[in-house]
Amino acid sequence: MQHSSTQDTLVGLFVASGIIGLFFLAMQISNLSSFISDDGYTVNARFQNSGGLKIKSPVSVAGVKIGQVSAIHLGDDYRAIVTIKIKNQYNKLPSDTSASIFTAGLLGEQYINLEPGGMDDYLHDNSEIDITQSAIILEQALGQFLFKKSADK
Amino acid sequence: MLQFFQNLGHSTLARFNKLGRASFFLIHALSGFPKVAVRPRLLINQLYSVGVLSFFITTISGLFVGMVLSFQGFHILADFGAEETLGVMVAASLVRELGPVMCALLFAGRAGSALTAEIGLMKATEQLSGMEMMAIDPIHRIIAPRYLAGIIAMPILAILFSCIGVLGGHLVGVSLLGVDNGSFWGQMQAKLDFWDDIFNGVIKSIVFGCAVTWIALFEGYDTLPTSEGVSRATTRTVVNSAFAILGLDFILTTLMFGDH
Repeated sequence: MQHSSTQDTLVGLFVASGIIGLFFLAMQISNLSSFISDDGYTVNARFQNSGGLKIKSPVSVAGVKIGQVSAIHLGDDYRAIVTIKIKNQYNKLPSDTSASIFTAGLLGEQYINLEPGGMDDYLHDNSEIDITQSAIILEQALGQFLFKKSADK
Repeated sequence: MLQFFQNLGHSTLARFNKLGRASFFLIHALSGFPKVAVRPRLLINQLYSVGVLSFFITTISGLFVGMVLSFQGFHILADFGAEETLGVMVAASLVRELGPVMCALLFAGRAGSALTAEIGLMKATEQLSGMEMMAIDPIHRIIAPRYLAGIIAMPILAILFSCIGVLGGHLVGVSLLGVDNGSFWGQMQAKLDFWDDIFNGVIKSIVFGCAVTWIALFEGYDTLPTSEGVSRATTRTVVNSAFAILGLDFILTTLMFGDH
């Protein structure tokens, strides 16, 4: 092979571009970068109904994303225990913070909104959020509305 | 009537016969991989002709696929006021499906047909027999490096296809149609998972790389040693590769994304 060294360079560039491309996909397109900073503290919240909440659903305060849902399971009182992972930089949430499940837009995905309370002590690792408001199930709300309508007549 | 069953039986047996030869061929080629490690020069030459030379067709197709996807997606999503999810749509369809599949189809047309023609012509001009006469195993020396190069090059090309496609989608979506830059990337990052989406896409492309290169090399190796035989083998490579890619893609998609 007479063009051996240029060929080597081109093959090297080709392979390197593949690795850079994978890195680009990982960092820019997927959420891998948000996992690198895996530090944070977890709090639990009990909901009557967790609705369409999923693992990795966003958790926000005043519209700012501060963490995500890391686990959802059923407690012994038949309520949903939602484990929330909050980034360490947001460690000044009062302990009487309330959590409610909202829907982004009419048909959008569900997320947890935290409403800070007024207590002096803060939420810490493994603490529990006591005041919660369940997800609004559209079908239930519609059903109640229609039931009321027909009862009024 | 009897003639019909005889033909049917003959073609069935011929197909299974070919499948069996292809399997032995594959095992033989795989057993040559350690020898490729001893002579990396053979692999680099093949990576050049299979990978580097397919670079431009792949990236340019990726750019245009991403641009068209973004353009079409925008008008449909705009009806629902969901333009912000354009990034998710473009990236998800590219990374999960279009990247591996389109890239494999291009790869079959660009590199697969070239491999078949090259090996077929080597056989027609009795170069392979000549090697055997010199006690060089042609499958280890000729086929194995090409096969390994195909398996390595295919995922790299698919990754590049997806990257350039997303950038093309960004170009049209954000710069031309005015989707918000932040939500284009932000929604994409929120919805796509590295292992579920990107890694599965890479696995897909590796499987396609194995299948396409196997078909291309075997059709070349198994060709009738005439110019007509080589031309038919090249055609069969492209057609069979396309079937294999689309069939495998369906199976892999149901396995990977079926439980969502």
